[in-house]
Amino acid sequence: MELKTPLYDCHVALGGKIVPFAGYLLPVQYTDVIEEHMAVRNAAGLFDVSHMGEVILKGPDALENLNFILTNNFTEMPIGRCRYSIICNEKGGVVDDVIVYKIADETFLIVVNAANRHKDVAHLKANIFGDVTLEDISDSTSQIALQGPKSWDIIRKLIKEEDIPQKYYTFKYNVDINGADCIISQTGYTGETGFEIYLNNAAAPVLWHKLLEVGAEFGLIPCGLGARDTLRLEAAMPLYGHEMNEEITPFEAGLSFGVKMDKPNFIGKEALSESLPAGRCRVGLKATGRGIIREHQDVMIGDKQIGHTTSGTFCPKLNGAYAMALIDKNFSEIGTKVTVLVRGRAVEAEIVPLPFYKHP
Amino acid sequence: MTVLYAKSHEWIKKNDDGTALIGISDFAQHALGSLVFVNLPEVDDEIVAGEPFADVESVKAVSDVYSPVSGVVLEVNEELLDAPEKINDDALGAWFIKVGELADEVELFDEAAYAAICAEEE
Repeated sequence: MELKTPLYDCHVALGGKIVPFAGYLLPVQYTDVIEEHMAVRNAAGLFDVSHMGEVILKGPDALENLNFILTNNFTEMPIGRCRYSIICNEKGGVVDDVIVYKIADETFLIVVNAANRHKDVAHLKANIFGDVTLEDISDSTSQIALQGPKSWDIIRKLIKEEDIPQKYYTFKYNVDINGADCIISQTGYTGETGFEIYLNNAAAPVLWHKLLEVGAEFGLIPCGLGARDTLRLEAAMPLYGHEMNEEITPFEAGLSFGVKMDKPNFIGKEALSESLPAGRCRVGLKATGRGIIREHQDVMIGDKQIGHTTSGTFCPKLNGAYAMALIDKNFSEIGTKVTVLVRGRAVEAEIVPLPFYKHP
Repeated sequence: MTVLYAKSHEWIKKNDDGTALIGISDFAQHALGSLVFVNLPEVDDEIVAGEPFADVESVKAVSDVYSPVSGVVLEVNEELLDAPEKINDDALGAWFIKVGELADEVELFDEAAYAAICAEEE
């Protein structure tokens, strides 16, 4: 039985087409995926991402725990900063990718993928040590993402300039937005500028409506999971379960920036050291022939399979079919011509640089 | 020219000369959303009633298009290959293929009966 987010009734009232996703009932689209995608690229879009998990790690040993259980280094991190990280298993595979918010010297918020939430909490619980507490606040926390170039005009209607996180991957804590106590970060999963807002469930529907109301004049529309996926793919942002999983290392997935091998020790470090240099890597593909490349399709050079696709779709802004693939590193040079087997048909494609789209 | 529909949401218009045009219904294009790709058969391909002969892709997914009749492909609407959005704009005008040598057909419904089928699916 799927759960409803606190915004479920809002989605139904707005005509959202509801589908089950990661244990939740969420809108896949309201009107049209392409229209919603373009709204985010050109104006603004509003997403319910309340399915995402939030975990608070708190205590004198919180920092040491993060540095041991996660792959990034949090030692020099200032309060008010967000940091992307991987959680690895002992084999160097990816348990999840997360964003860590430093709220206070001994308090961190870890935002995890919805589908991995229970696994992550179990993994964290099994590995924490010393004086630290772990609290899963996912069930009482909602998350609303306001994304797109007009996000700034919209948020300025509701909060003062000093309450807006001015830099990418920073956040403001205890911000009153339309009467609700919020965390607002300059983060997102669309490849566009924008904000993610965390707040208590009870306050979420009121803020959702308020944002749509003040955003209307800027072209803000509600967006579903369909656009969220095409936006993140067009921006070549990796998605857990696609570009990474427990059998793929962060180096293969192209996420080495989130792994600090110079740290004394962390879970997965030994296996990762032994696995270097990685034999596979994540690349971008642009279909040059006719067809839409999807996930789990074989990537070929002649008769030789060099890898498989991990995500793929039609990218509305770029007006073409793009995919990401995990392939043999020896064939990963930009410009390499490959074919992808799309339901028995060979579609020509070319390796192109990532990201496919970068906002101006 | 009478339009008849299959339960799987394709339409067929039969011409007096024994040929027919086939496309997908307005209900189908609406349910699929913006189409971004169409894969069509080739001229002289044989198609079989109730079997897929083409596919259409939206951003989200690929869907098979089933033939309401058995026959042979006489023409394909190549215009759709470059402009699949024409199907969204005018589903009844955007024919996929013209077929001849019509043989078996699946159960077909007139406009009113098909509307009732769609209403049930919604």
